[in-house]
Formats: sequence, structure tokens, C-alpha cells
Amino acid sequence: MSGAPGISTGRSHATVAAEFQHDAARARWHDESLWFMRQKRDRATDLPAWESLRTAGAALKAHAMSRLAELLEEFEARATANGVQVHWARDGAEHNAIVLGILRTAGVTRVSKSKSMLTEECGLNPFLEAQGIEVVDTDLGERIVQLAKEPPSHIVIPAIHWKRAEIGELFHRTLGTPAGETSPEALAAAARVHLRDALLNAGAGITGANALVAETGGVVVCTNEGNADLGMHSPPIQIHCAGIEKIVATRDDLGVLLRLLARSGTGQPVTSYTTHVTAPRLGTAMHVVLVDNGRSARLADATMRSALHCIRCGACLNTCPVYRRSGGYSYGHVVQGPIGAILAPAVDLDAHAELPFASTLCGSCADVCPVRIDIPAQLLAWRARAGAARKLPRGYALVFGVLGRVLAGRARFAFAARWARRVQRWLPASWIAWRRNPWTRPGRALPVIADESFREWARREGKST
Amino acid sequence: MRVALAVPCYVDQFRPQAARATLALLERLGCEVSLAFDAPCCGQPMFNAGAVADARGAAAAWALSARPFDAVVMPSGSCTHYVRHHLAEIVHDAVGAHAAKVTYELCEFIAGPLGKPQLTGRFPHRVAMHLGCHAQRGLRLGGASELHQPLDGPMHALLAGLDGLTLVPLDRPDECCGFGGSFAVGEPDVSVVMGRDKLADVAAQHADVLVSSDPSCLLHLDAIAVYQRATMRTMHIAELLEEATR
Repeated sequence: MSGAPGISTGRSHATVAAEFQHDAARARWHDESLWFMRQKRDRATDLPAWESLRTAGAALKAHAMSRLAELLEEFEARATANGVQVHWARDGAEHNAIVLGILRTAGVTRVSKSKSMLTEECGLNPFLEAQGIEVVDTDLGERIVQLAKEPPSHIVIPAIHWKRAEIGELFHRTLGTPAGETSPEALAAAARVHLRDALLNAGAGITGANALVAETGGVVVCTNEGNADLGMHSPPIQIHCAGIEKIVATRDDLGVLLRLLARSGTGQPVTSYTTHVTAPRLGTAMHVVLVDNGRSARLADATMRSALHCIRCGACLNTCPVYRRSGGYSYGHVVQGPIGAILAPAVDLDAHAELPFASTLCGSCADVCPVRIDIPAQLLAWRARAGAARKLPRGYALVFGVLGRVLAGRARFAFAARWARRVQRWLPASWIAWRRNPWTRPGRALPVIADESFREWARREGKST
Repeated sequence: MRVALAVPCYVDQFRPQAARATLALLERLGCEVSLAFDAPCCGQPMFNAGAVADARGAAAAWALSARPFDAVVMPSGSCTHYVRHHLAEIVHDAVGAHAAKVTYELCEFIAGPLGKPQLTGRFPHRVAMHLGCHAQRGLRLGGASELHQPLDGPMHALLAGLDGLTLVPLDRPDECCGFGGSFAVGEPDVSVVMGRDKLADVAAQHADVLVSSDPSCLLHLDAIAVYQRATMRTMHIAELLEEATR
């Protein structure tokens, strides 16, 4: 299976998160920026019908997944009848080869691309660039991280970790804006001129898809910048890349789905541009590439199946107290945050077995999820699978193995506790709070074992045996 | 009413005063409290850390201890949540199912089966309330801000009913404190930052007491407060209610 090159760091979430916290002021700013998004979402979702909408969203996705093969074939038949060319890709490599084939056949060397997490997942940009094809990301946030040669750090707000002054610096270096320019209006205007050039001179436009409608064979694309529309409608070739789980049965489903998406993701009633494309313009070509890349395997996994319902709104990232304080790169995966922590292990358990542990299981992600994915339950299930596969984080097997034996009976617990108390009393505190003790190192005092446990007290008082 | 008091492992050793306060409070409220429940731990620490096989011994012993009782009270939302929703996944028999059915978190028990949603008492302090996430979102013993609900529930009602007590509003009333079991040591840096943020939110409201129904959150928050030499007092809800109703 093809992962996205250059994203997995090979280092643990805890390590990268600790580094993120080295600059405490910046980490606080990151937390507050995302908390602001969470609050925007709270206001936009404060509707009498919100909880019923979430239930309807979960139901329509579960319905679509239960008829996935049938709906995809219906989509293919309708789209083909509409004049669209539909392609099937088993994995990321096949997807990339299909896109390259389309571009090569038409002799295209410049491509504009609007936001697509699927192409990030497949590593399309580096693949095409290695083949000598220039790819310009046209979503402003994506363009910022592309100019900086970084992957996105958030599925909806790719450059959320960039400060305005730093963007001014970057644009000065790459787009030639005046030095010291930090006004959002001026920077956006410069980006607009730059991107318009890329959009109008591209030989093909690639976009993602927010939904595929089986009933019409149509593709739905949502943006706030309109870049996807320019990308689709300027060049002679438009290519839509979509994961197969984006399918919905009917156009009516969009009435639920699009409201859930915009309100959960950015706290808007609806995205600024919501475009339904069903057929190529006269004299142009429209392609849809349907990508599996592990999705049908997940469909067969009853415990983890509902993660396929995800509509990539980003609400679980914004509410996650751990994501806000550890940054997107700590996850080492194209999808970050709580949803990333349950998607990544399915892609590669060896590489991502510790991601499900990057959570306190506080449950807020499940509460904000517009399609009611029980993320904490899947985090727990992945932890158990990591345990069964002997892939627990370092030290866990030993510590919890011993703890499990000690806590399994009253006598051994009392015995171990008495010894722990002696050790704590006689050993210098500095030996216990040693340099690498993870409890004390970041700024916690040692908890003190009481002189008399509750059970010892109860026995002394004659309240129990 | 006859109930068993189940004292979680770390409360027995690190915060026995919370268990003593729970016992005193339940007896004061007219319960006949049995201390015959002697299993030390429900198995949650191992279960949540992915070491499911290592949780089985503790969980089985715990369920067996609960078998003779119609009500088991725990001064911990987190342990109660695990017993009610996960213990039966590893103790498959009727004993496991019984344990899941009869186990209550303390405030939930006082307000529910005991029928005392408010107590007569006095506690003249500015108090910040921290409902643990498993009590709040797991057991739904309080509304969640992301669900557009006020932070109500049995613990809130018990506190609000005391004379002289001022509940201070927090900026982020239901943000996790960062304990998270194995998370506290597996991700120590983020864990401590979350705890510091919680304490800063409480301190900004000039609260003199931080109260929680979850002793595990308190273990972590206390350790940070002591490290910071903070003057704020942390209390378990049983300690506060016991002191207020003397």
C-alpha cells in the first residue's frame, strides 16, 4: 500500500509532541487558534436539529457503506453515460499511474490542483514532480505549505501552524512580495495573482471530491476560495480523485452531508463554493479516479468499519486537547488528530501502532463527530490489537504485565504496596524522581504513598477483616 | 440501604482520605456500608494500555467481589465507567455482567438510588469543579460543551446545593486535565501542559478549592500543583461533601 512519502517521521508521537512544546508560547498560540475554531463550530452547530442531523449523517453513511459495491457501479454507469471517464485504482501507486497516464496522453506538463487529502495520501505531488510535471496547489493554505516544502499539518487548515509574519517572509522569498509585508489583504492579493496565473495556464486541473452521488454520477466539491472551480473550468482536462468511501446514494443525502461538513469543519452554515459537476464541458475531458487503498479491507473489519464514514471535516482535530498541544506533524500521517490515530494503524500497524496511545480518551472527538464515529472505542480497540501483536509503546508490556499481576489479588497488592512505601521512605527522593522519570521530569511532584492505606485503617478500626 | 464500598487501588494507597470520607458520608446518609469488597483493582490501567490479557486477573477478581452485592459504590468516575462499559468484554460470564449492572459512581449513587439530589451542608469557599472526562462523556454525569449542554449533573447539583459555596465558571469547563492513565507517563510533556492549563484556568477564577469526582485526575493535578507550590486546595468530592455535612 502506498503511504505518503516524507510524512512519517519514524519518531514517536510523544517525542515530536515534546519538541512542539519546547516553544511554549507558540504551542499555546496553536492551542488557542484551534480552540477558536472549536468555538466557531459550537456556535454554528447550536441548532435545534443538530443532533438529529448527526444521526441522519451517520445513517446515510452507514447505508452507503452497506451497499458500497452496488452504489459505486451505479455511479460508474451514470457518470459514463454523462460522458465522464471513470477509472479504478486498487492503491496509491495505481492511482498515481492513472493520473500520470491521463496527463502524458494529453502532453500536459503543468497541473493546478485544489485541496485533496486523497492525493496527499497517495503522494501524488512528489510522484508527478519526479516525472517532470509541475504541480501547483491552489488552496491558499496548501500553497503556503507547498512553497515551504512541508506537508499539511491539518486536513482542513493545512497551514494552521504558520504565523502571518512568517507567511509574509515566505511570500517575500518565493513570490517577491515587499519585505516586511504582513497584512492579510496584501498577502492574499499577491497569492491571488500568483495562483490565477497557475490556474489559467495549467494543462489540467486536479481536484478531490467531498461526495460522489450514485444517483446522478455527479461529483461534489466544496471550497471557500473558489480555486477548485477555476481549476475545473479553465483547462481542457479535469481530473477528480476520490476515495471510494465518498459515495452517497442520492442527491438528497447532500442536504444533510453538506450542512454537517461546513458547520463542523469551519463553523460556517455552508461552504462558500459548493459545486456539483456531472459532465465535462463541451470539447473537454472529465475523469474520475476511484481509489480503494485499504478502504475495502476496513469495510470487512466490523470493529473499525465506521471510520469509513469520516467526511474529513477536521472537527475532531480542533476539539482534541492533545492535537491542539502537539501539532499535526506529531502524528506522522496524512490525516492527523483522533481520526488519524484510528486510520493510520490500518494502513501500517508497524509504523503507527503507538498513535492510538496519543489520546487521553476524553471522548470529545466522538461528541463533535458529525457522523458519530465512536473514535475513543476504536482507539481502545487499536490499543488492544497493538497489545495482541506485541507492538505496545516501549516499556508498556513490562510495566503493565507486572502491574496486572500485582493488582490481581488482595494479598499481593498489600505486599507490594508495603514494599513500595518502604522504598519511598528510605530511598532519597532524588533517586525516585530521577532525571528520566516520566512522571516527574516535565514538572510533577512525586505522589506520596500514605502512611496507612485505607484497608489498613479499616482493619485497625475493626471495620473490616 | 446496604452497599459495598469499592476502593480503587490508587485511592487505597495515595488518597485513603477520599475512601474514608466516602465511607463516612455514605453512613451519614443512612447506608449500611460493607467493607467486604476486597479486590484491589478493576483492571482498567492494563485494559486501557492495550495490555488486555494482563487486565483479566484483576477484572475477574473485581467482578467476583461485586457478586454478593446489589449496589457497589466507587469514588471514581473513571473506574465506574470502565466497569460499566468495558469489564464485561474481558469477564464474559454472568459475574461480569452483574458487576457492570450494580456499580455506581458516588455522586450518581447519592442522587439516584439514594434519592438525595441535594444535601444540607455548608462550604463557604470559591470552588472550581472538574468532572473527569469518563464521568462526563462516558457516564454522562454532566453535560458537554460540544453538545451545547450546561455542565450540570449530580455532582454539580450536590455542590450547588451547599450553603456558602460559590461555583466559579471556568474558561474551558470540560477540557481534559491530561491525566489519561498511561497517557500521563507515555506522553508526559503534553500531559503536564494540559494539567498546567487546567490549573491556570482555575487560578484565574481565584478559586480556593479545586474539586473532582475523579481521584486519578486529582493525583495528576495535585502533583503539578505541589510542584508549582500552588496554594489552592484540591479535594475529592467525597472529602468536600463529608466536610460540608458534618
